[in-house]
Amino acid sequence: MTLWLTLCGAALGVTFGILMAAGRLAWPRGFGWPVNVYVELFRDTPFIVQLFFIYFGLPSVGIHLGAFEAAVLALTLNLGAYATELVRAGFESLPAGQEEAAKALGLHRFIVFTRIMLPQAVAAVRPALLSQIVISMLDTAVVSQIALRDLTFEADLVQTETFRAFETYVVVTLLYFCLSTLLRRTLGASTARLMRRVA
Amino acid sequence: MIDFSLWDITRNLLLAARWTVVLSLMSFVTGGLAGLFVLVLRTGSVRAFAKIAEWYIEFFQGTPLLLQLFLVYFGLPMLGMDVSPWTAALLGLTLSASAYLAEIWRGCVAAVPVGQWEAATALGLRPVPRAWLVIWPQALRIAVAPTVGFMGLMVKSTALTSIIGFNELLRTSHVITNATFEPFTVYGIVALIYLALCWPLNAASRVLERRLTPG
Repeated sequence: MTLWLTLCGAALGVTFGILMAAGRLAWPRGFGWPVNVYVELFRDTPFIVQLFFIYFGLPSVGIHLGAFEAAVLALTLNLGAYATELVRAGFESLPAGQEEAAKALGLHRFIVFTRIMLPQAVAAVRPALLSQIVISMLDTAVVSQIALRDLTFEADLVQTETFRAFETYVVVTLLYFCLSTLLRRTLGASTARLMRRVA
Repeated sequence: MIDFSLWDITRNLLLAARWTVVLSLMSFVTGGLAGLFVLVLRTGSVRAFAKIAEWYIEFFQGTPLLLQLFLVYFGLPMLGMDVSPWTAALLGLTLSASAYLAEIWRGCVAAVPVGQWEAATALGLRPVPRAWLVIWPQALRIAVAPTVGFMGLMVKSTALTSIIGFNELLRTSHVITNATFEPFTVYGIVALIYLALCWPLNAASRVLERRLTPG
């Protein structure tokens, strides 16, 4: 569950972040502020508060979400905010000549964006994006608090049955450690390959 | 059901936010001191200590803070120590902060150009005055912005201590929600309070970064 949640959150969050960053580039000046507000809102509040707001708060205005949907939504919006900032930094690091050269070749704006600018921007910030995904994975430990049966939730169950809280949490902590190391390695290798193919 | 006005809710939350602030500040100070110690070990010349410090950092950065808090909260009583949520929260956050700060500051020390080290050595400075007089003042300048940024992260981390029963902002909001049945309002205000605490720190960090970056 922890892994599945992380993968859903990561895929959606990064996509959302890219869309937001692209949106801010494409919109005329002065229309970027909603994106800024979104980014600040989610970067400056704790993930657990966002989760509680979505899971406990939204039903009172008529939006009912299951625990899993709420967790994925919170994770997506949270990671999305960080990804937006990172991808934006990636775009800013690109030399202006790249865009100008592509336009001079007569390429359509959409092609320029998806084939020239986006791959380079994402490649530039790939390591930072990966760390952010690993941090999101560690954040998912909190979803046990809305009774989603992830790794931490199972640990709570085991420790109430066995009364051996410390041993249980040691094992689970080590599991998380393996998971984060594994995630970093596999994502690192697979995205590096993907980047070489696209860019 | 007790009747709460919006002002009652906000006032109670603001009172609880004091504890969030106190916990953030205290764990930042203790975490900073511990982090400095880890940094010295990590960058020191004794290989075994450097290795241990590296594992320490990797462990705390590779596991969820929530689990670290559980380990402290449930682990210390097994050693015969009676732990209050406050002690566990402070200790857990200190350990985690020390690992992060040590790693941040290590990056700052590494960012000092290697020529500075060579020049200081060439001038005949011994390792301690070299670090004290030449390297650290420069590293400190680089370190200010990310450290202020980390304080914002610290404030957000304290929210997790509500789970082990420390009575800070988030835990108080559960209590109020249970009394008022208005989770939307309560958690909304909580989010705004966190925003008010973290946003200035992050904004300051960005300004400092532009100001203090050499070159």
